[in-house]
Order: sequence, then C-alpha cells, then structure tokens
Amino acid sequence: MNTRNSRTIRTATATAAALGLLALSGCGAAETGKSDEAGDKKTVKLTVPSWVGAQANTAVAAYLLEKELGYTVKTQQMGEVLAWDALSKGDIDGILEDWGHPKEEKSYVDTKKTVVKGGDLGVTGHIGWFVPKYFADKHPDVTDWKNLNKYADEFKTAESGDKGEILEGSPDYVTNDDAIIKNLKLNLKTNYSGSEASQITAMKKYAKAKKPFLTYWWTPQWLNAEIDMVEVKLPAYKEGCDADPEKVACAYPNTPLQKFFNADFAKNGGKAAEFLKNFKWTTEQQNEVALMIADEKLSPEAAAEKWVKANESTWKTWMPKK
Amino acid sequence: MTAAVTAPAKEPANEPAARPAKDKPAAGRAPGRFAAVVRHRAGRKLLPLAVAALLLVPLGIALWGGGSWPAGLTVDVSGPLDDANAWVIDNRETHPLFLYFLLHLSNTATDAVDAVYSGLDALGWAGFAAMAVLFAWRAAGLGRRGAKTAAVAAVVFAVCGVLGMWDATLLTIALMVVAVALASVLGILLGLAAGLSDRFHRMLRPVLDTMQVMPAFAYLLPFVLVFGTGTPAALFCTVIYAAPPMARLTALGLRGADAGVLEASASLGANGWQRLWTARLPLARKEMLLGLNQTIMMALSMVVIAALVGAGGLGEEVYSALSTVDVGKALAAGIPIVLIAVWLDRTTAAAGERIGASVPGGSRLLHGWRAWALVAVVTAVVAAAGRALLTRSWPEGWTYDISTPVNRAQDWITEHLASGIPVLGGTEVWSENFTLWVLNPLRDGLVWLPWWALLLIVAGLAWLVGTWATALTSTLALGAIGVLGVWTKSLDTLSQVIAALFVTLLLGFALGIAAARAGRFERWMRPVLDAMQTMPQFVYLIPVVALFGVTRASAIIAAVVYALPAVVRITTQGIREVDPAALEASRSLGAGSRQQLLQVQLPLARPALQLAVNQGVVLVLAVVVVGGLVGGGALGYDVVKGLSRGEMGVGMTAGAAIVCLGLVLDRLTQPGTGRSGRRHDN
Repeated sequence: MNTRNSRTIRTATATAAALGLLALSGCGAAETGKSDEAGDKKTVKLTVPSWVGAQANTAVAAYLLEKELGYTVKTQQMGEVLAWDALSKGDIDGILEDWGHPKEEKSYVDTKKTVVKGGDLGVTGHIGWFVPKYFADKHPDVTDWKNLNKYADEFKTAESGDKGEILEGSPDYVTNDDAIIKNLKLNLKTNYSGSEASQITAMKKYAKAKKPFLTYWWTPQWLNAEIDMVEVKLPAYKEGCDADPEKVACAYPNTPLQKFFNADFAKNGGKAAEFLKNFKWTTEQQNEVALMIADEKLSPEAAAEKWVKANESTWKTWMPKK
Repeated sequence: MTAAVTAPAKEPANEPAARPAKDKPAAGRAPGRFAAVVRHRAGRKLLPLAVAALLLVPLGIALWGGGSWPAGLTVDVSGPLDDANAWVIDNRETHPLFLYFLLHLSNTATDAVDAVYSGLDALGWAGFAAMAVLFAWRAAGLGRRGAKTAAVAAVVFAVCGVLGMWDATLLTIALMVVAVALASVLGILLGLAAGLSDRFHRMLRPVLDTMQVMPAFAYLLPFVLVFGTGTPAALFCTVIYAAPPMARLTALGLRGADAGVLEASASLGANGWQRLWTARLPLARKEMLLGLNQTIMMALSMVVIAALVGAGGLGEEVYSALSTVDVGKALAAGIPIVLIAVWLDRTTAAAGERIGASVPGGSRLLHGWRAWALVAVVTAVVAAAGRALLTRSWPEGWTYDISTPVNRAQDWITEHLASGIPVLGGTEVWSENFTLWVLNPLRDGLVWLPWWALLLIVAGLAWLVGTWATALTSTLALGAIGVLGVWTKSLDTLSQVIAALFVTLLLGFALGIAAARAGRFERWMRPVLDAMQTMPQFVYLIPVVALFGVTRASAIIAAVVYALPAVVRITTQGIREVDPAALEASRSLGAGSRQQLLQVQLPLARPALQLAVNQGVVLVLAVVVVGGLVGGGALGYDVVKGLSRGEMGVGMTAGAAIVCLGLVLDRLTQPGTGRSGRRHDN
C-alpha cells in the first residue's frame, strides 16, 4: 500500500470520528435521570439480589405493589455493590435486604445524600461457622472453636492439604475467616467455592453422604430447612472487635437487615414509598416464601401470591394510610 | 465462536499452500544434520542468555533475595484505581465529559435496544418467526440449501417458545442486533485501518489481544460506574469483546487480496479509494463474513455475563436459576442461547459459502432486492394476520417445563457417577487424585521456583521459539505480574492453565484426528461442539461441582469443555487439508493407516496443530474467571470479587495479570514464529 493512499484513509477516518463525536455532543447536555412514567401507570424499580431470601422480599413487595396499589414493578437482578450504585443514580428505587455495606453507606447516605435509610426489614441476619448436625451429634465438643483443631483431620480434602477445610462462599460475602483462622491459630484452610450455587451444591453432596464438613454459612437461609446445621461458637462478638480486618479473632455480629431507598423516591414516591417503608416481616415468614421458591421450585410470583393469600392480616398493616 | 476462533480458524485454510512448501526442505534433510543444526541454533541463542543470567542473577539475589517475588519490586495500583472509581461517582452528574458525551452514548444505547425490542415485539410471535425463517431462507440462498437453513430457523424458534423463553429470547436478540451492528462497524473500521497500514496493524494487535483475554468481569465495573447498570454497560462490554474477530478478519482479507487483481485495477487508472471499493473490499468479502459470524458467536457468549449488570434476557434467566441451584431452569434458558447461535451460525455460514458461487436457478422474482422485498412483505402479512388471529406473545399453553425431569436426571447421574463405581472409582475420586498428583505438585513446583529462575526459563523458551523480541515481551509480561503484586496467585492460576491445556490437547488431538478420518463421527460431533461453545458455562457448573466437588479440578473441567471445540476443529481441518498427493504417495509406498497418520498427516499438519495449541491457551485463559466460581480460586476469584464487591483495584489488577499471563503463553506457543516470522493474520 503506498503511503499517500493510507494517509488519505487515516485522515478520513479521523475526520469521520471527530464529526461523529461532534454530532453526538452537539445536541446539548444529556438527560441524567430517567423518567418514572411508563404509560399511565407509575413504575417502581426494585433490585433482586442473587440469594433466595431477598428474592422472597422483593417478590412479595412487587406482588402487593402491583395487585393492591396498582403500580408497575420492574425488577432487575444485579450484584450488591452495583445495586447500591444504581440506587444512588435512581436506576432503581429500593434495596429491601442489605447485609451491611459500610463503605457505600458512608459515601452515598452520609456524603452524597442520594440514598436514604429505609429502616429494618425485621429479619436479623447472622453469619457464622457451621457443621452438620449429624456430625455434631456424634462429636458434641466440635461446636466450640477450641476443639476445632482436634477435628481438623475430619475436614481434610484434596484442596486443603494437611489442614482441615472450611468451605467459603461467593466473593460477595463479608468474611474475616482468613484472619480468624490465623489469629486463633486454627489448623484450617479456606476454600473459596466462588458462588453461592457451588457452595450449596457441595454442602448438599456432603449431607447426602453424611460426611463431616465445616462451612461459612448464615441464617436466615432456606437450605437450613433441608440440612440441619449447628453453629460452632467463636469467641464472642464485641463492638469493634472486627474493626481491623487483619486482627479479627471474634465471631460475626447479628445484623438487623436494612432497607435503603433512593432519596428522590423516598420523598416523592407516594404510596409506593410509604408501603415499602412499612414493609417489615419476620425471619420465619421470609423463609416460608424462600422455601417455596428454592425447594418447591415455584416462581417467585407464584410463591408471593400464595403467601399473600394466606397472610392478609400481616400485609394489611403495611398498606399506606388512606 | 469464542475468544478463540478468530482469525486463526482461517489460517489453516490459507496456509497449507505456503507452509508445507516451506517445511519440506527441513523434513527432507537427514535427521542427524537437522538435529545438529537445531542444537547449534539453540546453543547459539541460549549462550548469551546464560552469560547474562550469570551476571544478573547474583546481583538480583543480593538486592532482593531469592524465593518468591520480592516485595520491594511491587507497585500497588489499587489505590489510584479506587481513586478513579470515587472520582467517577462524584462527577458523573456534573462533569461536562459525562453530560455532553458519555451520557449521550448511554441514552442512545438504551433507546436503540428498546426500539429494536419494541419493533420485534410488535411483530407478534408469528410475525417474528416468519421473519426469522424467511431471513434464513433468503440469506442462505434459494433452493435446497436455503430450505434446510429455513427449517433450522423454524425449529429453533419453536423450541425457544416451547421452553417458555419467548420474551427473554426476543430481548436477547434485540441486544444482539444492536451489539453486533456496533461491533461490526467498529471492527470494520479498525480492520480497514489495519489492512491498509502496516504500522497500525502492528499497534492494533496487542490491543485486540487485550480486548479478548482481559476478562469482561474486570472491566464491567468501570463501565457500570460510567454508563449505569442495565443495557448500556452490557452493550459496550459486549462490543469490546466481540469486535476483535471482525477487525482481524477484515484486515486479513484486505491484506490477502490477490496482488494481480490489484495490479490490474491500478493499471486501469483506479485511485486508492476506487481500488478499495471495487477490488479490495469485494475480494475480502468472504473473510469479512466469517468475521461477522465470529462476532455474533462471541456476542452471544457475553449474554450471560451481561446479565450480571442487569441487562435482562436469557442471561438473566440463567443467572437467576443459579441462585436456587436449579439446573433444569438454567438449561431451559441456556438451550435458546445455543439455538440462536446455531441459527445465526448456519445462516451466516451458508451466506458465506454462497459468495462467488453461481446463482441457482429459479424465477427472477426470487433474486436480489426483489427477494428481500418479498421477505418484508410476507413478514408484514403474517405479522398482521398473527396479531389479528393469535396472541402477540407466545401462548402460555404451548410451553413445556423441562426443569423437573432435567433436575431428576441430574440427581441420578451425580449420585451414580460421583463415587462408588467399582474399579473406576467415580468422578470424586478422580478429581481428588488429579488435584493431589497433578495440580498440587505443579503449583508447588512453580511457587517453589525462585522468581529469577522462572523469568530465565520463560526468556529461554521464548527465545528458542521466537526472536529476541518474543523473549523480551514474554519476560517483561511475566515481570509485570510480579510488579502488580500477584505473583503467587498468578502461578496458581498458571498451574491450572497448564493442566487444563494438557487435558484439552490430549482430548482435542485425539478427537480431531478421529473426526478427520471418519466423516460420520465429525457430523455426529458437530452439534455437540456447537453446544459446548455456546452453552453458558453457568449451566453446567452446578453438575460439575456435584460430580467433582469444589476443587480446582472442577475449574479445569469448565475450561476444557470451553476450549475443546476450537482445538478439535482446527486439528480436523489441519489434517484434512494435508496435501492429498503426499498421502497418495505414502500409500503407494505401502504405508499403513497408522504410518500415514504419524509420518505424513501429523507432520504436515504441524502448523495447524501449533495453532490449536495457541488457541487452546487463549480459550483456557478466557474461562479462568468462570473457574473462580467453582473453587478455582486465585486470579479468577479475584476478578469476580472485584466486580461483586465494587473493588476496582482488586478486579483490574487480577484482570491485568491474566492479560500478562496470556501474553507470555501466547508468545511461547505462537505457531511458526521460529522460522517464518510473525503470524501474518493477527
């Protein structure tokens, strides 16, 4: 190719690109927000986190918003941190179950004030180390962390070498386990399963074969109804004992799960915002719906419908005052 | 169809004419002399390296110590990355860059996808199905070939509907249409520039490599921060991932244009632009269509990942099925993805074969623009009739739920194969032994090697297969991994990649050879390979975990499944294209089938086999991230962690390390660099 020719083409490409950019930006500032109206119905946008408990919340809230209050509900599945970002931008209106994101809370709620707290969901979450009940029954002293080293051999797998394995979950989750193991001098090794699905699959497999295992796990969780598990006591949680991630040597706190709303939505969201602020139920109620979704394989909508039909007295109190 | 078969798939087709000719003199030489030359060459190359090592290694050890990568030589990039992250969040509503440029892009993207979706939705299911079938028929040419392709299209959409995925399928197709259009335009522009300018071609290559090897998970987060969740971020990530094959094949087509034709058109007084329009582009049409085909396949493989940022469609169905560990439901959403791929693949492949072929018979009404007009008219009629007589979306009653039977089958299989099989032991035992006897020693060995020794080994190997430039690039890339501070994790990942590659090549060569020698076997395997390449990995990860446990072995199986098809295809094609005359000659000399294979076909197909190795590397690396989701740990886990916890520093660092590993492995396995210089195609 001769150089004159290629230069012409290069210039032409550059010009075309510049013109394109100009054309795009020529039409003035872009709209930053998106309209909430879809036809004549008002729309509420909710995030659906990946775990089933939160799907249950969202499904019931969405069902009631649509059937009782006449809204259109759009649900969008995304990661937790992404959801916070979308909440701040107004791409979604509410998160119904948050397990604690101090960094995001500080930046969006305290500093930028684009997100507001929506109060307790009513469910208390707790993270901990668990062993299956069939194993704890045989070895009752395994439920104290001081005796874990004695059982390290039982938890050995090909991945953990000569140490005991503690199965870890998805990267989403809050975990101090590596620090806890180090600081309590436990003969354990973390194995990150990388997703909730693979962790559950592995646990189900162990339970079926009645093999011993130790896992990072939490309540409320629908799987707890299928696999009976016992928590291993770690040194008690005290305020601030998890402040330095390197030095943690204590159990995880109990977390009252929180709701968060987009600031504009909380102010101008009308009945929908009022309803979502009132939404509050118990761990058992959430699990009931979650089990229908995860175990009976009902669709979230069908599970929500079933629950709503049977629990009118509960959800009546959430309805906005006329 | 994947990160893989980009330009390379093309190479075997182009090369055999030139390559074997080049190889023959070497093969013809007396073996003793040949070996001596190699030894001499290797010695000549390694000697200076050894001298340099003797001088530098003691210095290095004195300054930073041996063992693992020295802490003094790392740079923590996560701070600045996290700062950039914060800056974007603080400024995206006010800064002119966003208001006047980026937000326009984002709004336009959303509007475009919405528009396409409402257009498709407005056709009604009958209208859309008619359009898809007629489009396939027209694009594949009329006659029997077209009828067959049209039939494929009809079956594809019927199955999508029956599985209850009609709406999700439409949304995915809408996203695909816009993404593929954008990726093609971008790819063609880059390809044009690279095809016409050698310097640009050289500059573009590492950029394209990075676009493909950098896991999308790593750059999804910055895109989300800038463009917001939902369509725009997903769309742009898909474009980045899918544009490279179009660019590579366009450049390849332009570069490979017949010199005689160009000379002729120049002698007729055509200037540069005229030559481009009338000679070079038309000659490159076939390559460009193959590029389009590959772009479509890669865009489809991004569909599920796009769901992580809320893009909706089939990906979201797969992703949400995962949270309830429902393989059946995930499969119900995965099958339409495979089927769309089959529909588009068969259609574009048939259209590609038609180029340059003589026009089949039939009425004049069925050619050129008239046929397209006919397609439009029939679609409109069916759409109108369908909307008047039937429902607009796929009727509820015509769906069938496959999840229960699939889940039951999966339970049965995992229960019976996981353990307790007499003699063989079962998958769990295999995975345990594989981890203990292959993966652990490999990883421990790599970690045990002092950092300088590893750098030396890579430098030496790269120098042997390539030039000093190859050695320099791969050594620097390996050094960069250390500087990024992820040395040990990268070696863990490297050990998994090597093990996966080994298994992939073993199986891939065996199957590829079998397919090349038995046509029926190949036909039987083709749909299986298609499904392996386009079935979202999320679908089969759960059964893999159930069978093999949360171990690195599971991650390796995911990688093998993904990389195997490309290796099989390239091997088959390479062996098929071996000069029939050479085979004939060996047969007349009385060579048996086995001798023919070992002494004629395999040596002559060497370039193709090398290419298969190279593609295997690229593909295995592309699924390292997915391996992180089933216990692969190391870099893959970090990339996922970066996205899911919003830690851009962690994710991007791990992503960059994967790119560097890719660079090292790519340079070490580049086909033919030793003798014939750079791969000409990318």
